[in-house]
Amino acid sequence: MYDSGKIIPGLIIFVLFITFPIWYNQFDAGAAPKLEMPTEAKQCVLPAAEMRANHMKLLNQWRDEVLRDGDRKFFEIEGKRYQKSLQNACMKCHTSKKKFCDSCHTYASVSPYCWDCHLAPVE
Amino acid sequence: MKYTFPLAAVIALVLIAWIGSQIPGMQYLFGVAIPYLAMAIFVGGFCYRVAHWGKSPVPFRIPTTCGQGYSLPWIKHDKLESPVNTSQVVARMFMEIFLFRSLWRNTKSEVHPGPKVTYESSKWLWLFGIIFHYSFLVVVLRHMRLFLDPVPGLIQFMEYGDSILQIGAPTMYLTDAGIVLGLLFLFGRRLVNPQVRYISLANDYFPLFLILGIAVTGILMRFFIRTDIDITAIKQLAVGLVTLQPVITHKIGAIFYIHLFLVSVLLAYFPFSKLMHLGGVFLSPTRNMANDNRMRRHINPWNPEIKPHSYAGYEDEFREFMVDNNIPVEKELPPKAED
Amino acid sequence: MAVVNKDKLGVSVAAGPSLMTGSIPRKPWWEVPAVFKPGNYAYPAKKEKVEYLNEQPGLHFPNAREWNPEEDDWKLPENWEEIILNGIKERLDKFRSLKIFMDCCVRCGACADKCHFFLGTGDPKNMPVLRAELLRSVYRNDFTLAGKLLGKMAGGREMTAGVLKEWFMYAYQCTECRRCSVFCPYGIDTAEVTMMIRELLHLVGVGINWILEPASNSNRTGNHMGLQPHTFKDNVDFLTEDVENLTGIKTEPTFNRKGAEVLFITPSADVFAEPGLYTAMGYLLLFHEIGLDYTWSTYASEGGNFGLFTNNETMKKLNAKMYAEAKRLGVKYIIGGECGHMWRVVHQYMDTMNGPADFMEVPKSSVTGTVFENAAASKMIHISEFTADLIKHNKLKFDKSRNANVKATFHDSCNTSRAMGLLDEPRYILDHVVDDWVEMPENTIREKTFCCGSGTGLNTDEIMELRMRGGLPRANAVKYVHEKHDVNMLSCVCAIDRATLSGLMNYWVPEVEVCGLSELVGNALVLEGENRQELDEGLRTLI
Repeated sequence: MYDSGKIIPGLIIFVLFITFPIWYNQFDAGAAPKLEMPTEAKQCVLPAAEMRANHMKLLNQWRDEVLRDGDRKFFEIEGKRYQKSLQNACMKCHTSKKKFCDSCHTYASVSPYCWDCHLAPVE
Repeated sequence: MKYTFPLAAVIALVLIAWIGSQIPGMQYLFGVAIPYLAMAIFVGGFCYRVAHWGKSPVPFRIPTTCGQGYSLPWIKHDKLESPVNTSQVVARMFMEIFLFRSLWRNTKSEVHPGPKVTYESSKWLWLFGIIFHYSFLVVVLRHMRLFLDPVPGLIQFMEYGDSILQIGAPTMYLTDAGIVLGLLFLFGRRLVNPQVRYISLANDYFPLFLILGIAVTGILMRFFIRTDIDITAIKQLAVGLVTLQPVITHKIGAIFYIHLFLVSVLLAYFPFSKLMHLGGVFLSPTRNMANDNRMRRHINPWNPEIKPHSYAGYEDEFREFMVDNNIPVEKELPPKAED
Repeated sequence: MAVVNKDKLGVSVAAGPSLMTGSIPRKPWWEVPAVFKPGNYAYPAKKEKVEYLNEQPGLHFPNAREWNPEEDDWKLPENWEEIILNGIKERLDKFRSLKIFMDCCVRCGACADKCHFFLGTGDPKNMPVLRAELLRSVYRNDFTLAGKLLGKMAGGREMTAGVLKEWFMYAYQCTECRRCSVFCPYGIDTAEVTMMIRELLHLVGVGINWILEPASNSNRTGNHMGLQPHTFKDNVDFLTEDVENLTGIKTEPTFNRKGAEVLFITPSADVFAEPGLYTAMGYLLLFHEIGLDYTWSTYASEGGNFGLFTNNETMKKLNAKMYAEAKRLGVKYIIGGECGHMWRVVHQYMDTMNGPADFMEVPKSSVTGTVFENAAASKMIHISEFTADLIKHNKLKFDKSRNANVKATFHDSCNTSRAMGLLDEPRYILDHVVDDWVEMPENTIREKTFCCGSGTGLNTDEIMELRMRGGLPRANAVKYVHEKHDVNMLSCVCAIDRATLSGLMNYWVPEVEVCGLSELVGNALVLEGENRQELDEGLRTLI
């Protein structure tokens, strides 16, 4: 026999499943996250494009050097000294976790484990 | 060789996307037009193929029984392996589709001098098959974080679980390792196992290489070639695609277009290939039918009108012998002439 | 055909270069032609048998002729390619199984070493996956988009005479035993594929005599052996005399009797040749002892159905006699004897093809009152179900010591195990009629049982070496329990097994004999009013 009573609902479920993002978003692309940039500092430790792509690697590297190797040396870029520190370097300029870090991380569903150890700033 | 052509084909696809996506203006072709086309072919082709199967009836109920059938009440019925009603069939299908029940049975046979035939359990194919398929499933579901805004908790949880080892940054996914491992095993056994090597066709190597290409480009993009990989821009494109308002706001690295193009090829190739086992496994008559043949009549829509060689014709041919041997007959012999 | 020496064959199986022993053929399989030589093919169907079948209403067996597989020219019809391709199309439209099985195989190879013919011959095309690829390659070429566009590159193959010859060779090196389908992750059943290939071959007049002659006999005389009604009755009457001599019991079977409660149908081989004869004695004694009101039929005197090995039309036509005769005689239900492929037809096809059987009643044992719900629609039960129920209700008295000469093991038939699920009923019976019996190794019994190597009409002498090779896995398992547990009797519930396993045992494990389960039942049965002789070999004792 033909089992159309099972095949057709099965196909409908399949199509609904595959096209789930369409129904879920309801044709609303939403807004891309807007970063609140620091007002005073004009320059970061690396160019913006590189930071966008690789900031997580840099932070990891700092973490390893500082905590695991005890290498707390400061480094200097264009005459400016930086500490290898999330809170004492990055967040000196990017003061708000919510308005800077989280805006992209939430959008892309990234949950870095920085804050497993670091205390998130009270905002 | 049977695998050189598929390998060359996948390399060519990579080059097409690599070079093509660098030509100004072509980003929309590789980022928008081709993915749309591929998705349309996938959904349309998949439904067409299943409907095409559905158009042919299942004339006979032919389950393969792998356990004791439903019989006398005191004989233990194997409900999973020889199901007799719909819920038992559903349970059997669940085992088959989600746990690869039949592959779990796999044995390896050898012939030794004597001759002596031996069988040993061989669950490698099951293990790596499971690793590959579930890794692939989780990878696909994980990608929904790029298509859904806001991201549902379930997807976030999956993401969390998949990167639970917290190795590196961005964190390594277990399923990335799983899918590559699975693919390498599946490819490796096609080279090493003489029987599988001999039966393998280009059609078998191509999807392996293609999916491996997808996995490798994805891994490269996440961990190694991060130039111009801005997750925000990528998600904007992805969400744009599924809300029918795609935009490419920033320059995105070539590796992304290669990844996307290979996925598009896979989607378009899917309905015309053996990958349709995804749909077919649900429709296999030896698995999805109840072993209740003698309890409920199964209808064959084209049951031909064929009558047996009739009893009357049989008796006409042999009546004399039957009467002589005291076998009852419907019609007695005509009186003999001399009587 | 002289059979090759056992030791030589053993060496060839275990050490000869084959895919089974690890050597990969240099050429891809599609470049290796099928070569026919004496001993590797079953004889083509005789012209007059094909003509007879073609004349029967509802059947189509064209192109009857004399032909020889060893010759280049098979005298196919002029437009044979077109006939085959149209035949494939028609079957794709009629059988969803064919479409699914053509489309879904991923060539994972799980089936490869599950086939007894591959284990015994090492011939790559005896791997179920390649057997199916023989047809699948043509399907891809002519019925799929990828194949039409890419042809060879997509694994497509044009339909040529070479392909047809390959089909003939390998569709008749498959016994449709379904062992591969147990292991296939998509349940792909090579039996379905083989059945389709055999159907297609008949469309151009390519078939074997060992199948078509019994099929035509069965149509005309009611049974494969071609026994005419009086001969059939005579044979059973001889058995009753033997039974009386052995036990002092006069069983009085009736034939074609209207108004009987039960119609009994068993493979005609059981009244024709050893060791099936002893099984038939068992039936006679059992039915007599419980006073069953039953009749044999000379018109429906065949349980087996070689139509199953031919095409679905022939299967239906031959099977239709069972219900037709049950209706004519006005019986309440049917009991079927021990047979494998018969039960494939009865269990999975009969009701669909020739039902509904609404002129009968749901089988109810007049002795125990048990209603056989599992046969509520088809109204036909297996002798093992019937007997097991009798034993369960203590209706039979056994003296196991009468089978003391027997140390048994049990062989599951392919069809009753994998197409029916009849596994524990025979074992329950065996528990009650012999002192002790042992199972063969786990991977060779129940749903994983091995074919005798000669099913689906391949039990013909001209392919004896092939049969001995195909039967090797089964024989090997028997040998194992023979050496380990002194097993000397291979019991089974299949008439083809009784014939073919005897030969197989004689070749590989000559110390082991073959019997039907009902023979052991009949022999152990303590009969009311019996006057039993000293029977050292049970019902086989010569007096």
